[in-house]
Amino acid sequence: MNNFEYKQATDTKDAIDLLSHSPEAAFVAGGTNIIDLWKYNLTNPSSLIDINHLHENAEISMLENGKTRLGAAVKNADTAYHPLIGQKYPLLSKAILAGASAQIRNMASNGGNLLQRTRCYYFYDPDVPCNKRNPGSGCPAKAGYNRIHAILGTSEACIAVFPSDMCIALAALEATVNISGPNGERNIPFSQFHRLPGDRPDLDNTLEPGEIITSIDLPEEGFADNYSYLKLRDRHSYAFALVSVATALKLNGNIIESARIALGGVAHKPWRNVEAEEFLKNKEANAENFSAAADIILRDAKGFGYNDFKIALSRKAIIRNGLMALNPTSQLPGAQPSA
Amino acid sequence: MKHTEMDTNKTVGKPISRLEGKLKVTGTAKYAAEYDVDNLLYGYVVNSTITKGKILSIDVSKAMALPGVTEVLSHKNRTKLAWFDLQYTDMDAPPGTVFKPFYDENILYNGQPIALVVAENFEMARYAATQITFEYSEEPFQTCLDNNLHSSRVAKKGFATALKPPPPPPTGDFEKAYQNATIKVETEYRHGTEHHNPIELFATTTVYEGDGKLTIYDKTQGTINNQLYVANIFGLKYKNVRVLAPFVGGGFGSGLRPQYQLFLCVMAALHLKRNVRVVLDRKQMFSFSHRPPTVQNLRFATDTDGKLTAMNHLSKSETSSFEDYFEPIASWSHRLYPASNTLFEQELVPLDVYTPMDMRAPGGSTALHAIECTMDELAYKLDMDPLELRLINYTEMDPSAEKPYTSKALKACYLEAAEKFGWEKRTPKPRSMERGNKLVGYGMATGIWDAFQFPSRVEAMITADGKMILNNAVTDIGTGTFTVMTQIAADELGLPMDDVDFRYGDSKKPFSMFQGGSAMTSSTGVAIVVAAKELRKKLLKKAKEMTDSPFKKVEDNEVTFKNGTIALNQNPNVTVSFKEIIAFNKGKTIKTTNMGKPHLLKLKKYSMATHSASFVEVEVDKDLGTVTVTRAVTAVAAGKIINPKTAKSQIYGSMVWGISKALHEETIMDEKLGKYMNTNLGEYHIPVHADIQQLDVIFAEENDEVINELGVKGVGEIGLVGMPAAISNAIYHATGKRIYKLPIHFDELL
Ligand SMILES: Cc1cc2nc3c(=O)[nH]c(=O)nc-3n(C[C@H](O)[C@H](O)[C@H](O)COP(=O)(O)OP(=O)(O)OC[C@H]3O[C@@H](n4cnc5c(N)ncnc54)[C@H](O)[C@@H]3O)c2cc1C
Repeated sequence: MNNFEYKQATDTKDAIDLLSHSPEAAFVAGGTNIIDLWKYNLTNPSSLIDINHLHENAEISMLENGKTRLGAAVKNADTAYHPLIGQKYPLLSKAILAGASAQIRNMASNGGNLLQRTRCYYFYDPDVPCNKRNPGSGCPAKAGYNRIHAILGTSEACIAVFPSDMCIALAALEATVNISGPNGERNIPFSQFHRLPGDRPDLDNTLEPGEIITSIDLPEEGFADNYSYLKLRDRHSYAFALVSVATALKLNGNIIESARIALGGVAHKPWRNVEAEEFLKNKEANAENFSAAADIILRDAKGFGYNDFKIALSRKAIIRNGLMALNPTSQLPGAQPSA
Repeated sequence: MKHTEMDTNKTVGKPISRLEGKLKVTGTAKYAAEYDVDNLLYGYVVNSTITKGKILSIDVSKAMALPGVTEVLSHKNRTKLAWFDLQYTDMDAPPGTVFKPFYDENILYNGQPIALVVAENFEMARYAATQITFEYSEEPFQTCLDNNLHSSRVAKKGFATALKPPPPPPTGDFEKAYQNATIKVETEYRHGTEHHNPIELFATTTVYEGDGKLTIYDKTQGTINNQLYVANIFGLKYKNVRVLAPFVGGGFGSGLRPQYQLFLCVMAALHLKRNVRVVLDRKQMFSFSHRPPTVQNLRFATDTDGKLTAMNHLSKSETSSFEDYFEPIASWSHRLYPASNTLFEQELVPLDVYTPMDMRAPGGSTALHAIECTMDELAYKLDMDPLELRLINYTEMDPSAEKPYTSKALKACYLEAAEKFGWEKRTPKPRSMERGNKLVGYGMATGIWDAFQFPSRVEAMITADGKMILNNAVTDIGTGTFTVMTQIAADELGLPMDDVDFRYGDSKKPFSMFQGGSAMTSSTGVAIVVAAKELRKKLLKKAKEMTDSPFKKVEDNEVTFKNGTIALNQNPNVTVSFKEIIAFNKGKTIKTTNMGKPHLLKLKKYSMATHSASFVEVEVDKDLGTVTVTRAVTAVAAGKIINPKTAKSQIYGSMVWGISKALHEETIMDEKLGKYMNTNLGEYHIPVHADIQQLDVIFAEENDEVINELGVKGVGEIGLVGMPAAISNAIYHATGKRIYKLPIHFDELL
């Protein structure tokens, strides 16, 4: 970790200005990811711009159009436990609370969560090749220990997974990311925020250099009646998902009016498949149909050896979580499989 | 001594809370990296990024140019040292050529320490470490056990062989017996690498006192071991090297040998004539010892009644290219079960890794997993309850040595644990029990572990205030040693615990081995008993010299030591206090130093071991394979339990470890890179609270009149030994799937 300058931004504009004056600078919010990356010598900013004090981004509020706005500086824990989120968007609460540990969630911000980097072992070790860290150097994960790696949307260059839980729910809820930058404000639909690795695995998302996330908007529809988040991992808490599923259903009796299924732990971005969701429309909500939807979602899934199991596991997880969504109280703490 | 009257004041057998608990939970207890020392320099270690080869050149110019960087040490500019292997040998060194940091340009394993940056602050040292460039020439390496099983060979013998003997010679004719048997099982088990990962990082703070004198705060399980190591290597007088480790944040075996930060810290301190601290980071905690990966092959056969007739256990485990680390694996089954035809073989596979090392229940926890799972398979072959199979093969003897055990309450462990667990509710068929979405499985297994005792020397004294001070070099690695020793001493002298001051964790104090092998209560505890006996004698003798002493004619057994006094048994109102005795002694302390040691001659006729039985319930999700250990009961027979609270904590801790070993823990080697990949506690999984549910501990009554003065064995490791097999067996019972490896990942149960 190099010596660096520390600056505190007073508002969003100040933050953007500070960053634009120092291209080697980085924002810090909760610091739960960037400080680690720094200590591992994966990044070495010349200055650190603290964006924890941007009051305009520090709230959760209901907007006039029925949407809900999550400030980027709000902590993950405060978001999960916020009454509005608990009531209207319980899927988001569950997903956040399935992530990390209580201590980390207390520090982690909503903006930072979207920008956390992969947990690929090879990415984390500066002494081995990695196309994400060092473009062109190679990807030892493909023929290496790839238990935690992707089965969907991979490329020759990279099979890393985007590790967030929160973002899987945000993808299912079709959130929008609000951004400010030197060229003004813009917003990005969630499905277009994170990207697939392709031949640019160094880019995790479509945020441009110099931009800051100010907030995340949730649409009015929160799927509060039929939803479930299921997270499968090597221990019951404090581990990243090997496979996670966020399911949100709009039901008429037992007939699905609309369905959202987002997968975590399987791709370089939260994974959704519109075809599968369309398929479920007007179908009965049962294991058979969830299974058929899983077939569609996993049609192009490909394992790399140690992660082959993720294909079968994803299928079973999609089915179980569909059934859990019919009875959301069957969800257990830590998003474990229902009893 | 007559005890009847003292008994109510006795502390032995009572659940006394850890005496240092408050210091620890309030952050007051200081660990090796926390000593405030003036003018301290900070060292940061640089590790090799290649697995095998040579360092061609080192460029330190950029690092040295940074403000506050004092020195970069490496094999190029290290101080001249004694380079005889013998001088590097520590008390736990296996046979071979001990690893010598900064010896030369050769790289023997990935992560080998190759340079030490010393700077005015830690952050600068750490940064400067990234600014050094190494040019290497790389050589092909072998780090994969499976790919190298063909190069296995028997271990060299050395000092360590005494405590870790090779398997006994064959008996009968195994191959013939096995061939002719009708009921037999053949299994192959694989275990991954594990790293100890105590929460306290390895750290050393060396205070340079001048004149070849050093005071060293070190993270270690053995103060004297490290004192000798430092003095031998750096050519210092023993008395000038003092190693202190009053608090140790866990060890689990990793502190049995001096680790490289000690060497580097001392070298820097001597070279720069300054106080130096070196702390490893978590990643570096994966750059030295570990539990070796193993492949075990077993073939067991029984007669139609379930009596074992033939047992064959072959183990191959990893060692380094320079030392032969050997932990007994293949020989355990015959210490439990009789069989007339046995064949035990154990070999090592040298690889380009650091030397493995003892890790909680070394060998035993590895072996018993394979043995007790194989027994479970036999039980199914025989259509017999697994517990019944154990009882059919039960013996009070040690069949491998053909000697009786000094005590063996394993049968009581089986029965008490089975009852508490509710084993009779088990329906034997796999997949026959369920609960909602979960398959339910019950599994059981046996544990056995050594009962060691090492020589230990205790200085004990009564001071002018009538209180007792004891001195011994032993460490307390979180086991409760401090508390237990205080209890033993208090009872021996009839003092309240508050009046006993047990001082430890300091190489200046009389000899103790490192804390390990579950042997401290028997080792230093017995030494306290011996010293206390002598101290009582001396006190009584002095009391007799007092004017008009009512004790003049009494024998040792006619008095009771109680509440800081000596009282006449015949008339307990006649007393003399320790204070009065010392006052009569002109205020001079009365003291004694004594050695406690095993009674080898007497013990030759016996075998010694602790035993346990673990019963486990698991739930396995029918669709998703996720495993939860919902209940576990472990009954332990380990002689007298001095402190049921600290002892129970040891068993709880090892049961959690058993869950960890069965379901979570593994260091992943990328064989192409020759290095471990999951080197942090986020990815090296150990259980968290959500993984641990109901645990119960039973101590079976075991009166051991033979083993030592206290009748104690040890409880540090035994609780781990049976758990992994009990969990594996429960998973089989739940799912009908046998997983022949550890850890078991849930996706293997899909
Ligand atoms: C041991 C461990 C386990 C974890 N387990 C899980 C888990 O199971 N599930 C899970 O989902 N997560 C997990 N996490 C990750 C955790 O959720 C993220 O680290 C956290 O959300 C990041 O938020 P932060 O505010 O701390 O980000 P920081 O570390 O402060 O920042 C991360 C990145 O985002 C940038 N940034 C931050 N805010 C903004 C903004 N508003 N605009 C533009 N750029 C910004 C920073 O410059 C930096 O590059 C785990 C983390 C750890 C350390």
